[in-house]
Parts: sequence; structure tokens; C-alpha cells
Amino acid sequence: MAVSHLAEADPIFGRLSFAALPLHEPILIVTFLAVAAGGAAGLYLLTKFRLWGYLWKEWFTSVDHKRIGIMYMILGIVMLVRGFADAIMMRIQQAIAFGGSEGYLPAHHYDQVFTAHGVIMIFFVAMPLVTGLMNYVMPLQIGARDVSFPFLNNFSFWMTLGGAVLVMMSLFVGEFARTGWLAYPPLSGLEASPDVGVDYYIWALQVAGVGTTLSGINLICTIIKMRAPGMTMMKMPVFTWTALCTNVLIVATFPVLTAVLVLLSLDRYVGTHFFTSELGGNPMMYVNLIWIWGHPEVYILILPIFGVFSEVTSTFCGKRLFGYTSMVYATVCITILSYIVWLHHFFTMGSGASVNSFFGITTMVISIPTGAKLFNWLFTMYRGRIRFELPMMWTIAFMLTFVVGGMTGVLLAVPPADFVLHNSLFLIAHFHNVIIGGVVFGLFAAMGYWFPKAFGFRLDPYWGKVSFWCWLVGYWLAFTPLYVLGLMGVTRRMRVFDDPSLQIWFVIACLGAFVIAGGIAAFLMQIYVSIRDRERLRDTTGDPWGGRTLEWSTSSPPPDYNFAFTPVIHDLDAWYDMKRRGFQRPAEGFRPIHMPRSTGAGVILAGLSTLFGFAMIWYIWWLAAASLAAVVLGAIIHTFNYHRDYYIPAETVVATERARAMQMAATAAAE
Amino acid sequence: MMPKPLPPGRFLRLGSLLALPALLGGCNLVVLRPAGDVAQQQGDLVVISTILMLIIIVPVMALTAFFAWRYRAANTQARYEPEWSHSTGLELVIWAAPLLIIICLGAITWAGTHLLDPFRPLARTAPGQPVAAGTQPLEVQVVALDWKWLFILPEQGIATVNELAAPVDRPIRFRISSSSVMNSFYIPALAGQIYAMPGMESRLHAVINRPGEFTGFSANYSGAGFSQMRFAFRGLDQAGFDRWVAEARSGNGGTLDRAAYLELERPSEAAPVRRFAAVEPGLFDAVVGMCVEAGTMCLHQMAAIDARGGLGLAGLANLRPVAAADPPSGGAGAGRQPGGARRAVAALCAIPEAPAAVAAAGPAAGATPARSRPASLAPLAGAGLPIPGRSHPAEFTALPPRPADQPES
Repeated sequence: MAVSHLAEADPIFGRLSFAALPLHEPILIVTFLAVAAGGAAGLYLLTKFRLWGYLWKEWFTSVDHKRIGIMYMILGIVMLVRGFADAIMMRIQQAIAFGGSEGYLPAHHYDQVFTAHGVIMIFFVAMPLVTGLMNYVMPLQIGARDVSFPFLNNFSFWMTLGGAVLVMMSLFVGEFARTGWLAYPPLSGLEASPDVGVDYYIWALQVAGVGTTLSGINLICTIIKMRAPGMTMMKMPVFTWTALCTNVLIVATFPVLTAVLVLLSLDRYVGTHFFTSELGGNPMMYVNLIWIWGHPEVYILILPIFGVFSEVTSTFCGKRLFGYTSMVYATVCITILSYIVWLHHFFTMGSGASVNSFFGITTMVISIPTGAKLFNWLFTMYRGRIRFELPMMWTIAFMLTFVVGGMTGVLLAVPPADFVLHNSLFLIAHFHNVIIGGVVFGLFAAMGYWFPKAFGFRLDPYWGKVSFWCWLVGYWLAFTPLYVLGLMGVTRRMRVFDDPSLQIWFVIACLGAFVIAGGIAAFLMQIYVSIRDRERLRDTTGDPWGGRTLEWSTSSPPPDYNFAFTPVIHDLDAWYDMKRRGFQRPAEGFRPIHMPRSTGAGVILAGLSTLFGFAMIWYIWWLAAASLAAVVLGAIIHTFNYHRDYYIPAETVVATERARAMQMAATAAAE
Repeated sequence: MMPKPLPPGRFLRLGSLLALPALLGGCNLVVLRPAGDVAQQQGDLVVISTILMLIIIVPVMALTAFFAWRYRAANTQARYEPEWSHSTGLELVIWAAPLLIIICLGAITWAGTHLLDPFRPLARTAPGQPVAAGTQPLEVQVVALDWKWLFILPEQGIATVNELAAPVDRPIRFRISSSSVMNSFYIPALAGQIYAMPGMESRLHAVINRPGEFTGFSANYSGAGFSQMRFAFRGLDQAGFDRWVAEARSGNGGTLDRAAYLELERPSEAAPVRRFAAVEPGLFDAVVGMCVEAGTMCLHQMAAIDARGGLGLAGLANLRPVAAADPPSGGAGAGRQPGGARRAVAALCAIPEAPAAVAAAGPAAGATPARSRPASLAPLAGAGLPIPGRSHPAEFTALPPRPADQPES
């Protein structure tokens, strides 16, 4: 057993030494100084304004699904900036590394950059944003006061953050994987990647994966068990339906990812040979297993976004969603089909014609329910009265962009076509086409749509439109050239190029990336301006868009308990139905409300788990053993915490509801 | 509020669409206009599938734009039906229309995938030119090394690094493997790609129809030197090809034997073209079996032992350390340092070196499968493992050759 490398580590510090600090990389030193200065300034301000106690009590230890949802969103936005920095570094490198020029990134750095870009964008941008959205919106849509397991929700968030911390740490302590975002062995095996990079990859995903899986279980239970009375499955809002399907996918597939990473860890740590080429191991098994998780993963991201577009289209067209039933069936079809298409990621591994055809055709079949969804949005617009607020603009941009990505996706599902386009920049253009044109556009639509619900004021539309046009133009500018380059036979992950005729396309793509950078900057500006001008943008009605689902029936931001009385549902568009029938807010009869209590256990357990990951990465065995023991012990101790709930007194509820009623009356009088 | 029906961006996009063909005219879309019949058929499929899908994509995009404009809130003339949300007829259409397209595309896929299966020998070298019966394809054995390509032409008895030539219109049969990590063997002008994987052999059948110099590369990221893992692929007429072979044979490249291979296998980046005048027979099979180094057991032998139940604990004693190949100085090989003492399964007898001795040993070698007894293709049955609660039947103790052991076809 090849485990001697484990014993070679220092007993106290493991593999960790000053050599692990990237002091020879000027880019990283400058980045580190900037991050350190920014971090120090942030800490100073937090201390100066005495915000530590507030943050700890009201946010970090909160088990309120709304607070946790917002923290997920903040994590996703922060990591988006990091992931995008990687993207623009790649685009610049590829735009200049021609004609003998090595560009400015050596292979050692460049290969980490593209790996980190993929890992961060999927696991620490898209996943937190989508999870945060489901966390915030779904319980409100079903008329619940929180999720089924509020503590677990808090713990899940901190585990996700722990994974993100490990990835960020790899920037300054050691290095990240140089394997591509799925870390195929044998390249990710100990022999080809003996450094800490792949270990950072493994443990970041393992720690975050625990959070994602638990969150999936939590949200499924919430949807199944906590719907308001009268809300049958076929009266659930479409977003809740898509959230249910996504979480079913999470629960079914993330354990596969965990298992395959455990096997890879065993190969790397204790000398087993699951995926090595020698001694009977087979890397093809890894490729299969990782894509059995990986393909459903893309549907985990896109399904809730389909839900978002359904809500947005229906609201801004002022019309019932066309074909609700077929929308639900389409979602369920996609959920099931997404399990039987994974092999299309490696037709070129030589599975044989019949196997390839099978997986190619199942992949194409997915486009049928997806196409049906698109038609449903289209016919929701038909005979509607469309208000082009920002969320609706994102939706139209999505419909026009996503169909192109869908088309190239089906094209890649034809195995002979895939043989010439696999791993090419055409593929890169395709999946950015669906992820940016689908997931990212949808997330912006969702943030614009539900932001007033979460904070009580709208997002500034001017900067929103600047951001919108930058993203839309930037996307097409950055990725159309990649489609062309793919047809010119250019493959992905290249660091230098010989053929000078390619350069113009990479320069255009790089310009596109800068336009997208403008879009991100405008988005951050939008948030800043909106907070600054919050009084101008204030919404006191709780229902700024003329919404149709339950979340718009409560105040913005909703009180801790969401709903003073659990609503009773009679119609699919519950709030629309209530408004139509002259809903009156109850003014009396309030009772104490049973609520879950905040706890710091989530922060502590997740912190210890992250420490365990760090110790495993650096072979600091004593610390790994100690932190693992502490996690187990901490979890056991937490089970003896009997102070898990409290009652919001009826007087508080009365006061809150009365304040809201007066505010609404004042608004109505002012109009 | 955004009452404008057509945002200016759409005109911009339209404009860029019109400019696109002009720009595209200037570049070489090798995937759509390759020089080999196989790649041409694959490129044609790209075009056909795209056109087929545009039948539905274009109307959807047009309808989206039209509805967005027609039913804008400012247009009070348009009909507004807030309760209209169901139409069985429309539902049928929106499920059936994509279904019909997918049925067509599925049929094309099934046929195309079988016809263009890279493992399937060519039936034609160009449209209307079937391969004559008995035509012997040019065999090229391809090994992806860190980070260069080795080509062995057994028929010609030569080997080259980062350079390959083939006569036009003669079918080529590639046998492809890799030395350490996964790569993908891809010459866009010739044919689609196929993975090159260590310990495994993949195949590709193709033909080059036009003389010229084309580029081949790895299409699957494989480490630090991946970007420069490129080679020239030349389509030559028969005379030119013969000259190219003769040059390699008469050159001073030496013989590619096991020792030279192990030397060549060490990681290097942007490796120059090399030509070997001769090649040790059986080298490619040893590469696929991961047993080039003397005294290492080949994978198929291991598999054959395992198929008979394995050696059990005794197998642990049969490991030998691998001579740690020192990576060349500099950053090139930094990613390939062995993390600890690597071990490999020792050969139970020195088959590759002394095939005659094995033949003499014959069945008397007992549990040792020799090359003369090929790997069993039967699924692992666990024969030889003790079955709980049952005494060992006699048949498991002697490990006789089982009837399932058919020679590999």
C-alpha cells in the first residue's frame, strides 16, 4: 500500500510550511494584499459600529429560513465575483497567448484558474443562489412559518460556507487542483497530482456537499408536510413544484458525489486502487459516477429557475400561467429523465454504438418537456398584458437566449456530432449558453422580483437595466466567438495557441467578458443605490407587482412568523384568489406563535468540520482526529439542548400586525 | 417601466447576425469542411441536425418577439384574457411538435451513431467508393504520453513522435492508448475524437481524402504540457508516404525498444518531432497492458488470475517496487512525481522476455495464466473464494481451466 507519503508529513504541521504560501506569485500576493486590506477594513467597521453581537444574534445563529436564504444569496454573490475574476483571467490569457507569447499565466497557475472557475461557479455561486432562493421563497409560498428542520437549515448553510472557505483558502495557502472541475483520475490521482490541490477540491466539496444534501432533505420535508391547508399538490405554485423536484434530485444524486469522492480519497490517502490504471483500478468508473451526479446537477440548477420564470411570466402578464398541469408534468418528466442521460458527457469514451445511441436519444427526449415549458410561457404571454419590469425583461432575454443553448445541447446529444465537438469551445459556449442564459438570467429575474419582499423596497431600475443590457450583450459577445472557434476545431482549457487566425475571436470573447464585468459592477451598484435610496423605492403594500402567490399576501419584509394566521388555500393562484374575493386582513384573535429558537451549534459544528477538512488536506493528523471527535461530540451535546423553541407573545403579534395595518392605511390615504 | 416594444439590443443583435457570415468566410471551419470522409459525415450531421431543430427554434423565437410586442401593457387594443390558461388543442401541439422533431432526429441519431461508430471498420472511403474486400487498412498504434504523441506503424516498422503521415484514400485503423492519464485523440480534419486511456485500447477507423498538412491534438486536458500536445498529420499520396517511411527508416532515430520507450515516456513539454527507424515488436501491447517495464505483470494477466478467483493473500507478496522515474529538471514534470514508493504486481514469469519458455511451461504453470491462455471474458464469478457455510468443493481447489475460457475473438 502506497501510504508512505502520509507518514512523511511533519507530526505537528503535516505538509504545511512556509513553502505553501505562494510568495513567488505576484498576482496572488497583490490579490492577498487587497483581500487582507478589504477584510481588515470590514472587521474594523464591524467592530467600530458594534455589529458583531447583532450579526451573531440576528444572523449567524438565526434559524429563520428568510435570514438563512439571504445569507446564501450573499455568499453566492461574493463567490460570483471570485469566480468571475477567474473567468476574466482566462479570457485575457487566451486573448494574448499567440505567436509564441506565453501570455501572463504559467501552466501551474492557469490550470488552477480554470479548475477553480468551474468549481466555484457551480458549487459556490449557482448552488448557494438557487438554494438561497428556495429557502427564502418556498416556505412563504406554501404558507409555512419556517422549514421542517430549522436548525438543520442553519447548519447546512454554514457547511456550504465552510466549503467555500476551503476553496478561498487554497488561493493563499497551498494551491487548488489543476485537474479541471470534475477532477478525472488518473490526473487527480496521487501520482499525477501529489500536491494539496486535489485534496482541497475533495474536502471543499465534501464539506459543502453535506450541507447541500441536508438542505435537500429539509426542503423536501417542508414541501411535503408543511403546506397550508387546502394546498393540494396540484395547487402548489410552480416554483414550489420545481423546488420539490430539484431537492429530490439533490437527495438522490449528492450521495453519489460524496461516495465517488470518498473512493478518490481512499485512492489518494490509503493506497486503494479504485480509479488508478494499474492494479485493477479503472478511471472510467469515476467518470461514470461523477456524471451520474453531474448531469442531474445541471437540472438541480435550472429547474427552480424554470419555476422563477413561471412565476414572473404569470405575474407580469397579469394572467394565469398557461398549462399549469403540463408544466408540472414536464418538470417531473425532466426530473426522472435527468437520471438516464449521464453518458452523453463521454460518448467519446468508446461505449459502443448502441449505448451511445440510447443515451443520445434519452437526452433529446428531455428537450420535449423543456420545449413544452417554453411554449407554456409563450402562451402565458399570449393575450396577456405584459409589463416590462426588469424581471420580465430577463425572462424575455432568457427565452431568446436559452432556445439557442437548448438547440446546441440537442446537437451535442447526437453522438457522431459530439465526436467532432466534444470538449471543444463549442461545448463551452453551449453550457454557458444555458447556464448564463438560463440560470444566471433567471437568478437576476428572481432577485429583482423577490428583493422587495425580502427588504421592503425595490431594486433601482436604472442600474438594473444597465446591468441587464451589459449581461445580454456581453453574453453574446463573449460566447458567440466560442461557438465559431469550436467549429474551427479549437479545444477547451488551452493556454497557448499557434494559429494566429484564431486570435481575433478570442479578443472579441475577451471584450464580451469585460462587458459582463460591467454588468456585474452595475448589479452591485444597483444594490448600493437601492439601499441608499430605499425610502424612494419603499413598498409598504407587501405586493408591489400585483403578485398571485401567497408570499405577496404578507408584509415586506415578512414578520418573523411569516403569517399571523395560516392561510387556507382555495385556488392555485392563492393570493390572486384572495384579492379577488375581497380579502380583509384579520385585525383580532391573534394567538401566541410557536417558533424555533436561534442556536450557535450550526456555526460551531460547521466550523469544526471545515477545520477537519483543512487538517485532512494538510495531513495534520492530530488536528483531524481532534476536530472530528469534536464534531461528533458537539453533535451529541447539541441533542441535549432542550431550549429549542419559544413563543412570540400574542401582544407582539398584535403590535406587529397593527403597525402593518396602520402603515397600509397611511399609504392608501396618501395615494 | 419599459414600454418600448423592441429594445435597441435586438437590432444590434440582428446587425451582428448579418455581419457574421462575412466574418466566418475568413476562417477555417474545419469541423464542417474537413478533409476526411468520416469527419465530413459527422460535420454533415451537425448541419442536418441544426436545420432540423431550426424548424422549431425559429418560430419560437419569432413568436416570443411578436407576443412581447403585441401584448405589451401599453397596447390596450390587444385582447386581454386574464383567466385563459388552458387549451387542449394547443397543449397537444406544443407536446407533439417537439416530439416529431425528436423522432426524426432520433432516427438519424440511431443510424448515424452505428454507421460512424469509431470502432467499426470503414465501409467506404468516400461517397460511392466502397472499400474493396480484402483491403488491409493502415494500422497506426497511438500512445498518448506526457505530453506528446507516439505513433507506431507496425506494418512499416517505424515509430514517430508528434508527427504522422498517411496515404490518401487508404483506410486507417488506429489503436489508441495512453501511458499515464486520459487524453483524447483528435484530428479534426480526419475524424471525430476518441479517448486515449491508460491500460485500455480504443479504436478509430478513418480515411484522409485530401493531401495536405493538418493538425492533431489532445482534446482532453491532461496536465501542464497539454496545450502543446499537438502534432502534424500529413495526408500524402502513396509515393510521398513511401518516401516519408523510407526517410524514417534510414534516419538515425534508432530503435524504439522498451528502454527507449521508458525514456520517452518521461514527461516533457512541446516535444520536437522524432522518428525511430525500427520498433520492438509487441511494444504497443505491452503499453496497453502497462507492463513495458521488465518484470511487471500485464493487466490482462492480472484479469485472468482474478477471473479464476485471484491469488488471495498470497497476491500481496507478489508486489515489487517500480523504479521511480526521476522527472526531468524544471517545472515540466512537477506534476508527475510519485507521491510514495509505487508498487506494481510482479510478473509471475518473464513472459515478454522469453515467450519460448512460457510455451514450454504450458499448462504445467498451474494458476499462472500465460499469454498462450488468453484472458477470460466471463464476468467475475468469485470462483475460488470460500462460500460461507459450505465446505470447498473440489473444483475450487485445483483451479482447472474453465470451459468459459474462449480465446479472445
